[in-house]
Amino acid sequence: MVARVQIPKEAKRGELIELRIVIQHPMETGYRHDEIGRLIKRNVITSLLCNLNGAEVFRAELSPGIAANPYLQFYTVAEASGEFEFSWIDDEGKRGSERQSIVVR
Amino acid sequence: MKRRHFLAGAAGALLAPALPRAARAQYNSIEPLIRAITGGAPLNQGRVTLELPQLADNGNSVPMRVTVASPMTSADYVKSIHLLSERNPVPRMATFHLGQRTGKAEIRSRVRLAGSQRVTAVAELSDGSFWSGSAQVVVTLSACMDES
Repeated sequence: MVARVQIPKEAKRGELIELRIVIQHPMETGYRHDEIGRLIKRNVITSLLCNLNGAEVFRAELSPGIAANPYLQFYTVAEASGEFEFSWIDDEGKRGSERQSIVVR
Repeated sequence: MKRRHFLAGAAGALLAPALPRAARAQYNSIEPLIRAITGGAPLNQGRVTLELPQLADNGNSVPMRVTVASPMTSADYVKSIHLLSERNPVPRMATFHLGQRTGKAEIRSRVRLAGSQRVTAVAELSDGSFWSGSAQVVVTLSACMDES
């Protein structure tokens, strides 16, 4: 699974920073049929976690109600330099993750 | 008469498979879901702003922005935001968990909507109170209904 994370490379301590992620995923609803009428099995990203240096910053539980190639934008206060890790899992048990570091001055 | 009966039967047979899908498009009460989230605590109106376009051409991808009026300090912050649909086959669209370090209670995403409806956001605050806001959206082309 390909994902793109956008966070600032550096920030001042106490500054509000914006985190954005988009993951390439069909978010298959489980309500669509293929060309010969068979139901296509549901496969959505059910959980997405964002950690900074191992501590939780943001977590989301998703459903077929989130559009394909899920996009999420949220905020956090820059407190310490380190590495943001985004990780997720879908209905098929497939996991993905993306890391990006930040320098806080 | 015989021909008429045959036609009525044929029409019925054609319509029947369409029914379960049509049934999914019905409006569902989100009250039980809200009760499950709040645990019976009162749900206050306000503080939560849910922004969706008034008119969405395509329900498969609708931009969504939810904000909660909160100082987001360690003493007073938003713990979670639930996004609820009264017309999607899965009414609990998403749950976002925030914390003291979130800094700003705002989340943007893109949602799927199975038809015109009111979408509700319920926020749980650190003091245990629950607040909600909603948005009415007209969807021209529903998600989930097409076979494409």
